[in-house]
Amino acid sequence: MKFGIVVFPGSNCDHDAYHATKHVLGQDAEFLWHKDTDLKGADVLMLPGGFSYGDYLRTGAIARFSPIMREVQSFAAKGGPVLGICNGFQILLEAGLIPGAMLRNRGVKFVCQQVHLRVEQTDTPFTCAARKGQVLKMPIAHGEGNYFAEPAVIAKLEANRQVIFRYVTAAGEVTDEANPNGSLAGIAGLCNEARNVVGLMPHPERACESALGSADGLVILESAVQSIKSGVLVARA
Amino acid sequence: MIDPKVLERHGLKPDEYDRIVAFMGRDPNLTELGIFSVMWSEHCSYKSSRVHLKTLPTGGPQVLQGPGENAGAVDIGEGLAAVFKIESHNHPSFIEPYQGAATGVGGIIRDIFTMGARPIALLNSLRFGSLEEPATRRILEGVVAGIAGYGNSIGIPTVGGEIAFEPSYAGNPLVNVFCLGIAKATDIIKGVAEGAGNAVYYVGAKTGRDGIHGATMASAEFDDKSAEKRPAVQVGDPFMEKLLLEACLEVMKTDTLIGIQDMGAAGLTCSTTEMGSRGGAGVEIDVALVPQRETGMTPYEIMLSESQERMLLVVKPGREAEVERIFEKWDLHASRIGKVTTDGLLRVKENGMVVAEIPNRALTDEAPVYERPMSKPEYLAEVQKLDLDALGARDARLRDDNAALLALLGSPAIGSKRWVYRQYDHMVRTNTVNMPGMGAGVVRIKDTDRALAMSVDGNGRYCYLDPRRGAMLAVAEAARNVACAGAKPLAATNCLNFGNPERPGIMWQFGQAVDGIGEACRALDTPITGGNVSLYNETDGQSIYPTPVIGVVGLLEHADRVVSRCFRSAGDAIVLLGEGRGELGGSEYLKVAHGLVQGGPPSLDLKAERALQDLLVELASARLMRSAHDCSDGGLAVTLAECTFDTGGIGADVAIDDVKVAGSADTNRAAALFGESASRVVVSVVPDAAAGVLKRAKAAGVPARVIGQTGGHDLRIAVGGHVAVAVAVSDAERVWSSAVEHYFAKQVA
Amino acid sequence: MRARVFVTLKPSVFDPQGKTIADALHSLGYGGVEDVRQGKYFELDLATTEAAQARTLAAEVADKLLANPVIESYRIEVE
Repeated sequence: MKFGIVVFPGSNCDHDAYHATKHVLGQDAEFLWHKDTDLKGADVLMLPGGFSYGDYLRTGAIARFSPIMREVQSFAAKGGPVLGICNGFQILLEAGLIPGAMLRNRGVKFVCQQVHLRVEQTDTPFTCAARKGQVLKMPIAHGEGNYFAEPAVIAKLEANRQVIFRYVTAAGEVTDEANPNGSLAGIAGLCNEARNVVGLMPHPERACESALGSADGLVILESAVQSIKSGVLVARA
Repeated sequence: MIDPKVLERHGLKPDEYDRIVAFMGRDPNLTELGIFSVMWSEHCSYKSSRVHLKTLPTGGPQVLQGPGENAGAVDIGEGLAAVFKIESHNHPSFIEPYQGAATGVGGIIRDIFTMGARPIALLNSLRFGSLEEPATRRILEGVVAGIAGYGNSIGIPTVGGEIAFEPSYAGNPLVNVFCLGIAKATDIIKGVAEGAGNAVYYVGAKTGRDGIHGATMASAEFDDKSAEKRPAVQVGDPFMEKLLLEACLEVMKTDTLIGIQDMGAAGLTCSTTEMGSRGGAGVEIDVALVPQRETGMTPYEIMLSESQERMLLVVKPGREAEVERIFEKWDLHASRIGKVTTDGLLRVKENGMVVAEIPNRALTDEAPVYERPMSKPEYLAEVQKLDLDALGARDARLRDDNAALLALLGSPAIGSKRWVYRQYDHMVRTNTVNMPGMGAGVVRIKDTDRALAMSVDGNGRYCYLDPRRGAMLAVAEAARNVACAGAKPLAATNCLNFGNPERPGIMWQFGQAVDGIGEACRALDTPITGGNVSLYNETDGQSIYPTPVIGVVGLLEHADRVVSRCFRSAGDAIVLLGEGRGELGGSEYLKVAHGLVQGGPPSLDLKAERALQDLLVELASARLMRSAHDCSDGGLAVTLAECTFDTGGIGADVAIDDVKVAGSADTNRAAALFGESASRVVVSVVPDAAAGVLKRAKAAGVPARVIGQTGGHDLRIAVGGHVAVAVAVSDAERVWSSAVEHYFAKQVA
Repeated sequence: MRARVFVTLKPSVFDPQGKTIADALHSLGYGGVEDVRQGKYFELDLATTEAAQARTLAAEVADKLLANPVIESYRIEVE
């Protein structure tokens, strides 16, 4: 199977995503330039982290209009698995593939540190190899990870089980202290209604080798492989 | 006849002007004067420092590129080179902290990728006044935000650094930024213009009026009118630089370039004339072809502009279209602005008319070289005296050694800098093996088993007390930090931050420091591959401490043998390598407990230091060290405490010898605990390995003793048989963690 | 013709930057500044010379790119 990693001007973590999928996971991976419209037969799309267009105007606001995003949208509409990491998640939000928006971290500053996430739902292509309630350690590195949506939208997301990852303590508890950026409801990652598009602020591709601090991120990429290989893309609950 | 006010505004002295006239055979016009003023500024010409820098060791089998290019390079095996340099951006960071620091980062990154290397790591060395001052906090916040803003955006991890606080830097903060990149050893590209008729291209941001006279500003002291100089600071665009970086690296793979150089200080002037000079050629450009973002710019403004994120390229004949196409892919426009000539002149035209014409060599090789007078400053005799028997009582708040240790750990100088480096993305590119705060920064090199360790270190206070020894100690410390990580130190880069060189006392400090660096680099086999000099760091006649900052790069042949400062488990043996002599001169303890900056810095035996560093590399390679951390600010007690932090609470129980340096038992004990004697490392090893480690140390001629073991939840240190320090690790860690943070803590709901 | 677009955070959205600025002003002695909300200001140089057209175009541009409707609202001035 093949991972397609979209590269926007200013993407930085594209190489990290490539390394994780190709060299650590041992899968096929290819870069997809933002001006192209050919997805090169990718089974799974990744929108990586970075500072597309310098984060100018708003994070992800300009990248969402890149030519390739039209293909990403139709791929997603057909049920194709799409993973947005950090800036990739911000682009998915701006593109409307997932509802809500990102604000500046409540501490105003950029934060790079390890955090703990709890897997809330396992019926997505990126969590099917994990256990519900599993706590994963992986790093965040962002200045705008403070998730916001109107209360009605949040209620709907919760009711629909669209919250996929939440910030927790190492013991798995949702506390304010464990929330590194002020995200409403401790939301670290969400999926769309159809459950094939997942976005998260933390970086699983930076947590695939224990020498770098944690290998907990592997399960997210392994889930993608598993869901493609088993042919069962998304188990609708 | 030149108006003396015009000369002064250009930072040129009357005799320098006479030299210009002699070179040109006539009076220079204003554009030519501007060009001379920036190229002959201290910042670009190194006129006060060249005679001294020439004495530094720059060679060695590992050196692929020494000083003279945009950065230095060393062979790291497997056909690869590490390309690195350190640079300062001090004066702009005082005037506009965010952009000053940001553009400093941008500048050093360009110096690396212009050589054909992909930048993979950043370090920074920052110095500020006291955090008690709101002005200092404002500057620190701005500088850190600027470094973060630029480095994070362009996606290069900041993996380490140092921050020091001394009143000496209050009006003259120091911002030194180090960058390292990797290139194929055979693919290193130089900044050279060759081949008559070859096209000269400009690519990157459009030229505006920013930073005109930035080079001359960096060569001037500050006074009350500094606020008016604000327009001279440039605004950085890390997104543009990311595009430039990717596009340039892509172009370089196609072998279409003769040479390339970034436009930094003195912008278009410096890059054209330096490239021409190196190639023994001339460069002719037409400013009308230079992309401009403001209207009505004069040739003077265009040549002196320091707009950021611009590169100058010389393209192989017939390959121009290829180069242009690659840049277009990245939405960049490469503009042909001129050509290489054979007449050795920098010729500037405007719409075909010559507006300036100067021999390249006059601007570069023939720039003035001064042997400025040096004389030992008078303050030294007094300040070097330290009578430990006449110290008097220490600060009343330090009731006992526990309190003294906590005071040191809680001082911003020694305390955790996590509040700062959390703002830097230190993990992007998934290579960082030793995180900031763990010792030297270590990044692995993908597709090899190797890793590189790097550290930047300096101590202005030591250099104030003894510039030569202080500089030697800086080299030793940087190399030692690298060796503690298990890496063999390969080479060094230096950033020399000093006051006004026209004052003989300052020049003496400079000369002494360079001597010290040279001697240490020779002994430790870390040749200088390049660096930077920043002079005139003075405000209203008050100079900073002489502050040479040294960056050392080392090689780990096996990345998995990297070592960090943290104890790994209870029950490990703690070995002290090296010997403490209870030296309190110039120490952090003396300052905190007695309010004194006095005495001489610790002695340094370079042979012993070398033996120690070689031993560390050997022990790491044999996987014998569970952790390693060297002694520096605050001495052994601080080092031991730091080994217990970030471990989940692993304590230590050690016993060290007393020293006899004074009549008072309290002073002796303090000297044993907090003395800053050099060439000491605290290593933890599995108990079974201790004997073997001691044996290897003995064979290497390095003093070594088991002083205790890890375990428990306290740090206990006995001196001469009596417990002097007994603190809970959690208490010590709490104090250390909040040392810097509490100055900035604001809970935003 | 020039259009000015003022983009502001919706009232329900927490503004950490605005709060930081307000705190800074308070510490400088400006207790009289009770709250600060940070927004963005855009100047658009438009080809049209008709005010109505300028307003429509500016609104379209604001809707499409300049403002994120989830968290921001905007108003337009045309001169």
